[in-house]
Amino acid sequence: MDRSFINKYYPLYIESAVLTVTIGCMGIILSVIIGMLCALCRYYKIPILNAIAAAYTELSRNTPLIVQLFFLFFGLPKAGIVLSPEVCGTVGLAFLGGGYMSESFLSGLVSVKKTHLEAAASLGLNELQTMTNVVFPQAASVSAPAVCANVIFLLKETSVFSAVSLADLMYTAKDLIGMYYSTTEALTMLVIAYLIMILPVSIVFTLLERRMHRAGI
Amino acid sequence: MRGYEVLFAGNNFLRLLGGLWVTIRISLISIGISLVLGVLLGAAMTVRNRAVRAICKIYLEVVRIMPQLVWLFIVFFGITRSTGINLSGEAAAMIVFTIWGTAEMGDLVRGAFISIPKHQYESGLALGLGKAQLYGYVIIPQTIRRLTPNIINLSTRMIKTTALVSLIGVTEVLKVGKQIIDANRYDAPDAALWVYAAIFFMYFIICFPLSVFSKKLSDKFR
Repeated sequence: MDRSFINKYYPLYIESAVLTVTIGCMGIILSVIIGMLCALCRYYKIPILNAIAAAYTELSRNTPLIVQLFFLFFGLPKAGIVLSPEVCGTVGLAFLGGGYMSESFLSGLVSVKKTHLEAAASLGLNELQTMTNVVFPQAASVSAPAVCANVIFLLKETSVFSAVSLADLMYTAKDLIGMYYSTTEALTMLVIAYLIMILPVSIVFTLLERRMHRAGI
Repeated sequence: MRGYEVLFAGNNFLRLLGGLWVTIRISLISIGISLVLGVLLGAAMTVRNRAVRAICKIYLEVVRIMPQLVWLFIVFFGITRSTGINLSGEAAAMIVFTIWGTAEMGDLVRGAFISIPKHQYESGLALGLGKAQLYGYVIIPQTIRRLTPNIINLSTRMIKTTALVSLIGVTEVLKVGKQIIDANRYDAPDAALWVYAAIFFMYFIICFPLSVFSKKLSDKFR
Protein backbone atom coordinates (compact mmCIF):
# COMPACT_ATOMS: atom_id res chain seq x y z
CA MET A 1 0.00 0.00 0.00
CA ASP A 2 1.44 3.31 -1.10
CA ARG A 3 0.86 5.98 1.56
CA SER A 4 2.01 8.91 -0.55
CA PHE A 5 -0.47 7.94 -3.26
CA ILE A 6 -3.29 8.01 -0.75
CA ASN A 7 -2.16 11.34 0.66
CA LYS A 8 -2.00 12.79 -2.79
CA TYR A 9 -5.36 11.65 -4.06
CA TYR A 10 -7.70 11.49 -1.10
CA PRO A 11 -8.96 15.07 -1.76
CA LEU A 12 -10.34 13.75 -5.05
CA TYR A 13 -12.38 11.24 -3.09
CA ILE A 14 -13.69 13.90 -0.73
CA GLU A 15 -14.74 16.00 -3.68
CA SER A 16 -16.56 13.15 -5.37
CA ALA A 17 -18.06 11.96 -2.08
CA VAL A 18 -19.53 15.41 -1.56
CA LEU A 19 -21.02 15.29 -5.06
CA THR A 20 -22.43 11.80 -4.45
CA VAL A 21 -23.93 12.82 -1.11
CA THR A 22 -25.41 16.04 -2.50
CA ILE A 23 -27.12 14.34 -5.41
CA GLY A 24 -28.06 11.39 -3.24
CA CYS A 25 -29.72 13.66 -0.64
CA MET A 26 -31.62 15.63 -3.25
CA GLY A 27 -32.78 12.43 -4.89
CA ILE A 28 -33.83 10.93 -1.56
CA ILE A 29 -35.75 14.05 -0.48
CA LEU A 30 -37.52 14.16 -3.85
CA SER A 31 -38.29 10.47 -3.68
CA VAL A 32 -39.86 10.88 -0.22
CA ILE A 33 -42.09 13.66 -1.58
CA ILE A 34 -43.02 11.68 -4.70
CA GLY A 35 -43.58 8.55 -2.65
CA MET A 36 -45.82 10.33 -0.20
CA LEU A 37 -47.95 11.89 -2.94
CA CYS A 38 -48.27 8.58 -4.77
CA ALA A 39 -49.16 6.74 -1.57
CA LEU A 40 -51.88 9.31 -0.77
CA CYS A 41 -53.28 9.09 -4.32
CA ARG A 42 -53.47 5.33 -3.97
CA TYR A 43 -54.78 5.32 -0.40
CA TYR A 44 -57.61 7.73 -1.10
CA LYS A 45 -58.21 6.10 -4.51
CA ILE A 46 -58.27 9.44 -6.32
CA PRO A 47 -59.56 8.59 -9.80
CA ILE A 48 -56.98 8.59 -12.65
CA LEU A 49 -54.14 9.68 -10.31
CA ASN A 50 -54.54 6.38 -8.48
CA ALA A 51 -53.95 4.43 -11.69
CA ILE A 52 -51.01 6.63 -12.70
CA ALA A 53 -49.40 6.30 -9.28
CA ALA A 54 -49.85 2.52 -9.29
CA ALA A 55 -48.40 2.17 -12.80
CA TYR A 56 -45.49 4.45 -11.94
CA THR A 57 -44.71 2.49 -8.78
CA GLU A 58 -44.57 -0.79 -10.71
CA LEU A 59 -42.47 0.70 -13.51
CA SER A 60 -39.88 2.22 -11.20
CA ARG A 61 -39.66 -0.78 -8.90
CA ASN A 62 -39.27 -3.36 -11.63
CA THR A 63 -36.46 -1.79 -13.64
CA PRO A 64 -32.82 -1.22 -12.72
CA LEU A 65 -31.57 2.30 -11.97
CA ILE A 66 -28.78 2.03 -14.51
CA VAL A 67 -31.29 1.38 -17.32
CA GLN A 68 -33.41 4.32 -16.15
CA LEU A 69 -30.34 6.55 -16.12
CA PHE A 70 -29.26 5.42 -19.60
CA PHE A 71 -32.72 6.25 -20.90
CA LEU A 72 -32.66 9.68 -19.24
CA PHE A 73 -29.12 10.52 -20.26
CA PHE A 74 -28.71 8.98 -23.70
CA GLY A 75 -32.29 8.41 -24.81
CA LEU A 76 -34.17 11.58 -23.90
CA PRO A 77 -31.83 14.02 -25.70
CA LYS A 78 -32.97 12.36 -28.95
CA ALA A 79 -36.48 13.49 -28.08
CA GLY A 80 -35.19 17.02 -27.49
CA ILE A 81 -34.88 16.84 -23.69
CA VAL A 82 -31.25 17.35 -22.68
CA LEU A 83 -30.45 16.87 -18.99
CA SER A 84 -27.11 17.55 -17.33
CA PRO A 85 -25.51 14.56 -15.58
CA GLU A 86 -26.32 16.07 -12.18
CA VAL A 87 -29.99 16.55 -13.03
CA CYS A 88 -30.05 13.10 -14.57
CA GLY A 89 -28.68 11.51 -11.40
CA THR A 90 -31.17 13.37 -9.20
CA VAL A 91 -34.16 12.65 -11.43
CA GLY A 92 -33.16 9.01 -11.88
CA LEU A 93 -32.73 8.43 -8.15
CA ALA A 94 -36.00 10.24 -7.41
CA PHE A 95 -37.79 8.15 -10.06
CA LEU A 96 -36.48 4.90 -8.61
CA GLY A 97 -36.86 5.93 -4.98
CA GLY A 98 -40.34 7.39 -5.46
CA GLY A 99 -41.68 3.95 -6.31
CA TYR A 100 -40.07 2.26 -3.32
CA MET A 101 -41.11 5.06 -0.94
CA SER A 102 -44.68 5.01 -2.25
CA GLU A 103 -44.91 1.30 -1.50
CA SER A 104 -43.54 1.78 2.04
CA PHE A 105 -45.83 4.69 2.85
CA LEU A 106 -48.85 2.88 1.43
CA SER A 107 -48.16 -0.19 3.56
CA GLY A 108 -48.15 2.10 6.60
CA LEU A 109 -51.40 3.77 5.60
CA VAL A 110 -53.30 0.55 4.95
CA SER A 111 -52.10 -0.87 8.28
CA VAL A 112 -54.32 1.62 10.15
CA LYS A 113 -57.31 -0.37 11.30
CA LYS A 114 -60.75 0.41 9.95
CA THR A 115 -62.16 0.56 13.47
CA HIS A 116 -59.89 3.54 14.18
CA LEU A 117 -61.31 5.39 11.20
CA GLU A 118 -64.83 4.61 12.34
CA ALA A 119 -64.01 5.68 15.88
CA ALA A 120 -62.62 8.96 14.57
CA ALA A 121 -65.75 9.51 12.47
CA SER A 122 -68.05 8.80 15.41
CA LEU A 123 -66.07 11.27 17.54
CA GLY A 124 -66.97 13.87 14.95
CA LEU A 125 -63.49 14.37 13.49
CA ASN A 126 -63.56 15.63 9.94
CA GLU A 127 -61.50 14.16 7.09
CA LEU A 128 -58.45 16.36 7.70
CA GLN A 129 -58.44 15.83 11.47
CA THR A 130 -58.75 12.09 11.00
CA MET A 131 -55.81 12.20 8.63
CA THR A 132 -53.45 14.23 10.83
CA ASN A 133 -54.47 12.92 14.24
CA VAL A 134 -55.35 9.29 13.62
CA VAL A 135 -54.00 7.94 10.35
CA PHE A 136 -50.61 9.63 9.96
CA PRO A 137 -49.12 9.02 13.42
CA GLN A 138 -49.93 5.31 13.22
CA ALA A 139 -48.88 4.98 9.60
CA ALA A 140 -45.60 6.79 10.24
CA SER A 141 -44.46 4.35 12.89
CA VAL A 142 -45.36 1.35 10.72
CA SER A 143 -43.63 2.61 7.58
CA ALA A 144 -40.57 4.07 9.31
CA PRO A 145 -38.36 0.93 9.16
CA ALA A 146 -39.14 0.38 5.47
CA VAL A 147 -38.46 4.02 4.68
CA CYS A 148 -35.12 3.85 6.51
CA ALA A 149 -34.20 0.71 4.59
CA ASN A 150 -35.09 2.53 1.37
CA VAL A 151 -32.84 5.46 2.26
CA ILE A 152 -29.87 3.13 2.72
CA PHE A 153 -30.77 1.28 -0.48
CA LEU A 154 -30.89 4.58 -2.39
CA LEU A 155 -27.58 5.74 -0.88
CA LYS A 156 -26.02 2.53 -2.18
CA GLU A 157 -27.64 2.94 -5.56
CA THR A 158 -25.83 6.26 -6.02
CA SER A 159 -22.80 4.18 -6.98
CA VAL A 160 -24.36 3.78 -10.44
CA PHE A 161 -24.07 7.49 -11.21
CA SER A 162 -20.69 7.07 -12.87
CA ALA A 163 -22.54 5.43 -15.79
CA VAL A 164 -23.85 8.85 -16.82
CA SER A 165 -20.39 10.43 -16.48
CA LEU A 166 -21.02 11.99 -13.09
CA ALA A 167 -17.66 12.32 -11.33
CA ASP A 168 -18.75 10.29 -8.31
CA LEU A 169 -16.73 7.91 -6.12
CA MET A 170 -16.81 4.97 -8.56
CA TYR A 171 -15.75 7.29 -11.36
CA THR A 172 -12.80 8.59 -9.36
CA ALA A 173 -11.73 5.09 -8.38
CA LYS A 174 -11.95 3.81 -11.94
CA ASP A 175 -10.06 6.85 -13.17
CA LEU A 176 -7.21 6.30 -10.72
CA ILE A 177 -7.06 2.59 -11.55
CA GLY A 178 -6.95 3.40 -15.23
CA MET A 179 -4.37 6.17 -14.96
CA TYR A 180 -1.91 4.89 -12.37
CA TYR A 181 -2.72 1.20 -12.06
CA SER A 182 -2.67 1.56 -8.28
CA THR A 183 -5.70 -0.66 -7.82
CA THR A 184 -5.22 -1.55 -4.16
CA GLU A 185 -4.99 2.05 -2.97
CA ALA A 186 -7.82 3.28 -5.17
CA LEU A 187 -10.14 0.48 -4.04
CA THR A 188 -9.21 0.88 -0.37
CA MET A 189 -10.06 4.56 -0.46
CA LEU A 190 -13.29 3.73 -2.29
CA VAL A 191 -14.35 1.27 0.39
CA ILE A 192 -13.46 3.69 3.18
CA ALA A 193 -15.38 6.50 1.49
CA TYR A 194 -18.52 4.38 1.21
CA LEU A 195 -18.15 3.16 4.80
CA ILE A 196 -17.98 6.77 6.01
CA MET A 197 -21.09 7.57 3.99
CA ILE A 198 -23.28 4.58 4.76
CA LEU A 199 -22.19 3.17 8.14
CA PRO A 200 -23.31 6.12 10.33
CA VAL A 201 -26.71 6.21 8.61
CA SER A 202 -27.11 2.48 9.05
CA ILE A 203 -26.17 2.61 12.74
CA VAL A 204 -28.48 5.54 13.47
CA PHE A 205 -31.38 3.76 11.77
CA THR A 206 -30.71 0.53 13.66
CA LEU A 207 -30.70 2.39 16.99
CA LEU A 208 -33.85 4.26 16.04
CA GLU A 209 -35.61 1.08 15.10
CA ARG A 210 -34.58 -0.62 18.33
CA ARG A 211 -35.84 2.33 20.30
CA MET A 212 -39.19 2.36 18.52
CA HIS A 213 -39.44 -1.36 19.03
CA ARG A 214 -38.89 -0.91 22.77
CA ALA A 215 -41.41 1.93 22.91
CA GLY A 216 -43.87 -0.54 21.47
CA ILE A 217 -44.89 1.50 18.46
CA MET B 1 -34.58 5.11 -41.04
CA ARG B 2 -36.76 5.94 -38.06
CA GLY B 3 -35.52 5.16 -34.59
CA TYR B 4 -37.94 2.35 -33.84
CA GLU B 5 -37.18 0.64 -37.16
CA VAL B 6 -33.62 0.14 -35.93
CA LEU B 7 -34.97 -2.08 -33.18
CA PHE B 8 -36.26 -4.63 -35.65
CA ALA B 9 -33.79 -4.09 -38.50
CA GLY B 10 -31.72 -7.18 -39.28
CA ASN B 11 -31.24 -9.27 -36.18
CA ASN B 12 -30.97 -6.29 -33.83
CA PHE B 13 -33.82 -7.39 -31.59
CA LEU B 14 -32.43 -10.90 -31.33
CA ARG B 15 -29.06 -9.44 -30.40
CA LEU B 16 -30.69 -7.39 -27.65
CA LEU B 17 -32.42 -10.49 -26.34
CA GLY B 18 -29.09 -12.32 -26.48
CA GLY B 19 -27.57 -9.52 -24.40
CA LEU B 20 -30.42 -9.78 -21.94
CA TRP B 21 -29.82 -13.52 -21.67
CA VAL B 22 -26.23 -12.85 -20.59
CA THR B 23 -27.41 -10.97 -17.49
CA ILE B 24 -30.27 -13.37 -16.86
CA ARG B 25 -27.87 -16.31 -17.04
CA ILE B 26 -25.54 -14.64 -14.53
CA SER B 27 -28.44 -14.00 -12.17
CA LEU B 28 -29.96 -17.48 -12.58
CA ILE B 29 -26.67 -19.20 -11.78
CA SER B 30 -26.03 -16.89 -8.81
CA ILE B 31 -29.59 -17.33 -7.54
CA GLY B 32 -29.27 -21.11 -7.79
CA ILE B 33 -26.01 -21.27 -5.86
CA SER B 34 -27.08 -18.69 -3.28
CA LEU B 35 -30.28 -20.60 -2.67
CA VAL B 36 -28.31 -23.65 -1.55
CA LEU B 37 -25.66 -21.73 0.38
CA GLY B 38 -28.27 -19.35 1.80
CA VAL B 39 -30.24 -22.19 3.36
CA LEU B 40 -27.06 -23.41 5.03
CA LEU B 41 -26.19 -19.90 6.19
CA GLY B 42 -29.72 -19.33 7.46
CA ALA B 43 -29.60 -22.58 9.40
CA ALA B 44 -26.21 -21.56 10.83
CA MET B 45 -27.71 -18.26 11.94
CA THR B 46 -30.27 -20.00 14.11
CA VAL B 47 -27.90 -22.31 16.00
CA ARG B 48 -27.26 -21.87 19.73
CA ASN B 49 -23.53 -21.27 19.36
CA ARG B 50 -22.92 -17.54 19.74
CA ALA B 51 -19.62 -17.48 17.87
CA VAL B 52 -21.19 -19.07 14.79
CA ARG B 53 -24.06 -16.61 14.89
CA ALA B 54 -21.69 -13.66 15.30
CA ILE B 55 -19.58 -14.73 12.33
CA CYS B 56 -22.67 -15.11 10.14
CA LYS B 57 -23.95 -11.73 11.26
CA ILE B 58 -20.64 -10.04 10.47
CA TYR B 59 -20.57 -11.66 7.04
CA LEU B 60 -24.10 -10.43 6.35
CA GLU B 61 -23.42 -6.87 7.46
CA VAL B 62 -20.10 -6.61 5.64
CA VAL B 63 -21.66 -7.75 2.39
CA ARG B 64 -24.67 -5.50 2.83
CA ILE B 65 -22.97 -2.27 3.74
CA MET B 66 -21.15 -1.90 0.40
CA PRO B 67 -22.93 -1.16 -2.86
CA GLN B 68 -22.87 -4.17 -5.18
CA LEU B 69 -20.97 -2.15 -7.76
CA VAL B 70 -18.15 -1.60 -5.26
CA TRP B 71 -18.00 -5.38 -4.70
CA LEU B 72 -17.85 -5.88 -8.47
CA PHE B 73 -14.91 -3.49 -8.66
CA ILE B 74 -13.15 -5.13 -5.72
CA VAL B 75 -13.45 -8.60 -7.21
CA PHE B 76 -12.93 -7.65 -10.85
CA PHE B 77 -10.02 -5.22 -10.44
CA GLY B 78 -8.78 -6.02 -6.94
CA ILE B 79 -8.47 -9.80 -7.20
CA THR B 80 -6.79 -9.58 -10.58
CA ARG B 81 -4.29 -7.12 -9.19
CA SER B 82 -3.49 -8.86 -5.93
CA THR B 83 -3.46 -12.50 -7.04
CA GLY B 84 -2.74 -12.25 -10.73
CA ILE B 85 -5.73 -14.45 -11.53
CA ASN B 86 -7.42 -13.03 -14.59
CA LEU B 87 -11.14 -13.23 -13.96
CA SER B 88 -13.56 -12.59 -16.80
CA GLY B 89 -16.23 -10.00 -16.09
CA GLU B 90 -18.86 -12.72 -16.07
CA ALA B 91 -16.99 -14.87 -13.57
CA ALA B 92 -16.39 -11.88 -11.31
CA ALA B 93 -20.09 -11.00 -11.51
CA MET B 94 -21.13 -14.54 -10.61
CA ILE B 95 -18.79 -14.55 -7.60
CA VAL B 96 -20.07 -11.21 -6.36
CA PHE B 97 -23.74 -11.99 -6.86
CA THR B 98 -23.37 -15.39 -5.23
CA ILE B 99 -21.68 -13.86 -2.18
CA TRP B 100 -24.31 -11.15 -1.95
CA GLY B 101 -27.22 -13.47 -2.74
CA THR B 102 -26.07 -15.97 -0.11
CA ALA B 103 -26.02 -13.26 2.53
CA GLU B 104 -29.50 -11.98 1.66
CA MET B 105 -30.91 -15.48 1.24
CA GLY B 106 -29.44 -16.52 4.60
CA ASP B 107 -31.14 -13.60 6.26
CA LEU B 108 -34.48 -14.54 4.67
CA VAL B 109 -34.13 -18.17 5.74
CA ARG B 110 -33.26 -17.11 9.28
CA GLY B 111 -36.27 -14.78 9.33
CA ALA B 112 -38.57 -17.55 8.13
CA PHE B 113 -37.24 -20.00 10.72
CA ILE B 114 -37.62 -17.71 13.70
CA SER B 115 -41.06 -16.59 12.53
CA ILE B 116 -42.41 -20.08 13.22
CA PRO B 117 -44.08 -19.81 16.64
CA LYS B 118 -42.63 -21.94 19.40
CA HIS B 119 -45.92 -23.74 19.97
CA GLN B 120 -45.61 -25.33 16.54
CA TYR B 121 -42.49 -27.16 17.73
CA GLU B 122 -44.10 -28.01 21.04
CA SER B 123 -47.34 -29.31 19.56
CA GLY B 124 -45.35 -31.39 17.10
CA LEU B 125 -43.38 -32.95 19.93
CA ALA B 126 -46.53 -33.37 22.00
CA LEU B 127 -48.05 -35.38 19.16
CA GLY B 128 -45.08 -37.71 19.45
CA LEU B 129 -43.34 -36.76 16.21
CA GLY B 130 -39.67 -37.55 15.93
CA LYS B 131 -37.19 -34.84 15.06
CA ALA B 132 -37.19 -35.72 11.34
CA GLN B 133 -40.98 -35.90 11.28
CA LEU B 134 -41.31 -32.63 13.18
CA TYR B 135 -39.14 -30.81 10.65
CA GLY B 136 -40.41 -32.70 7.61
CA TYR B 137 -44.13 -32.35 8.27
CA VAL B 138 -44.48 -29.26 10.46
CA ILE B 139 -41.62 -26.79 10.38
CA ILE B 140 -40.15 -26.96 6.88
CA PRO B 141 -43.47 -26.78 4.96
CA GLN B 142 -44.39 -23.62 6.88
CA THR B 143 -40.94 -22.15 6.38
CA ILE B 144 -41.11 -22.75 2.63
CA ARG B 145 -44.49 -21.06 2.45
CA ARG B 146 -43.17 -17.96 4.14
CA LEU B 147 -39.93 -18.06 2.23
CA THR B 148 -41.12 -18.44 -1.37
CA PRO B 149 -42.47 -14.89 -1.91
CA ASN B 150 -39.32 -13.39 -0.39
CA ILE B 151 -37.07 -15.58 -2.51
CA ILE B 152 -38.88 -14.45 -5.65
CA ASN B 153 -38.49 -10.84 -4.55
CA LEU B 154 -34.79 -11.34 -3.97
CA SER B 155 -34.52 -12.92 -7.41
CA THR B 156 -36.02 -9.86 -9.08
CA ARG B 157 -33.62 -7.69 -7.11
CA MET B 158 -30.71 -9.81 -8.30
CA ILE B 159 -31.91 -9.71 -11.91
CA LYS B 160 -32.12 -5.93 -11.71
CA THR B 161 -28.73 -5.62 -10.07
CA THR B 162 -26.99 -7.74 -12.70
CA ALA B 163 -27.59 -4.84 -15.10
CA LEU B 164 -24.49 -3.38 -13.43
CA VAL B 165 -22.18 -5.90 -15.10
CA SER B 166 -21.97 -3.67 -18.18
CA LEU B 167 -19.78 -1.41 -16.03
CA ILE B 168 -17.13 -4.10 -15.65
CA GLY B 169 -17.06 -4.78 -19.36
CA VAL B 170 -19.48 -7.68 -19.81
CA THR B 171 -21.25 -7.45 -23.16
CA GLU B 172 -24.82 -7.57 -21.92
CA VAL B 173 -27.98 -5.89 -23.09
CA LEU B 174 -26.91 -2.28 -22.41
CA LYS B 175 -23.61 -2.81 -24.25
CA VAL B 176 -25.37 -4.49 -27.18
CA GLY B 177 -27.82 -1.60 -27.22
CA LYS B 178 -24.95 0.86 -27.39
CA GLN B 179 -23.37 -1.09 -30.25
CA ILE B 180 -26.63 -0.98 -32.18
CA ILE B 181 -27.00 2.74 -31.54
CA ASP B 182 -23.44 3.44 -32.61
CA ALA B 183 -23.78 1.35 -35.76
CA ASN B 184 -26.84 3.36 -36.80
CA ARG B 185 -25.56 6.76 -35.71
CA TYR B 186 -26.02 8.28 -39.17
CA ASP B 187 -29.06 6.37 -40.47
CA ALA B 188 -31.13 6.74 -37.33
CA PRO B 189 -29.86 9.45 -34.98
CA ASP B 190 -32.75 8.99 -32.55
CA ALA B 191 -32.19 5.25 -32.11
CA ALA B 192 -30.92 5.73 -28.53
CA LEU B 193 -34.39 6.75 -27.34
CA TRP B 194 -36.01 3.61 -28.71
CA VAL B 195 -33.28 1.17 -27.84
CA TYR B 196 -33.02 2.25 -24.22
CA ALA B 197 -36.81 2.38 -23.88
CA ALA B 198 -36.93 -1.17 -25.26
CA ILE B 199 -34.33 -2.33 -22.72
CA PHE B 200 -36.27 -0.59 -19.95
CA PHE B 201 -39.42 -2.52 -20.88
CA MET B 202 -37.52 -5.79 -21.29
CA TYR B 203 -36.49 -5.59 -17.64
CA PHE B 204 -40.01 -4.59 -16.70
CA ILE B 205 -41.51 -7.54 -18.59
CA ILE B 206 -39.23 -9.94 -16.73
CA CYS B 207 -39.50 -8.46 -13.24
CA PHE B 208 -43.12 -7.32 -13.13
CA PRO B 209 -44.76 -10.78 -13.42
CA LEU B 210 -42.37 -12.08 -10.77
CA SER B 211 -43.31 -9.22 -8.40
CA VAL B 212 -47.02 -9.82 -8.99
CA PHE B 213 -46.59 -13.55 -8.46
CA SER B 214 -44.68 -13.02 -5.21
CA LYS B 215 -47.33 -10.59 -3.96
CA LYS B 216 -50.11 -13.06 -4.81
CA LEU B 217 -48.28 -15.83 -2.97
CA SER B 218 -47.63 -13.78 0.14
CA ASP B 219 -51.27 -12.64 0.23
CA LYS B 220 -52.41 -16.23 -0.14
CA PHE B 221 -50.17 -17.54 2.63
CA ARG B 222 -51.05 -14.84 5.07
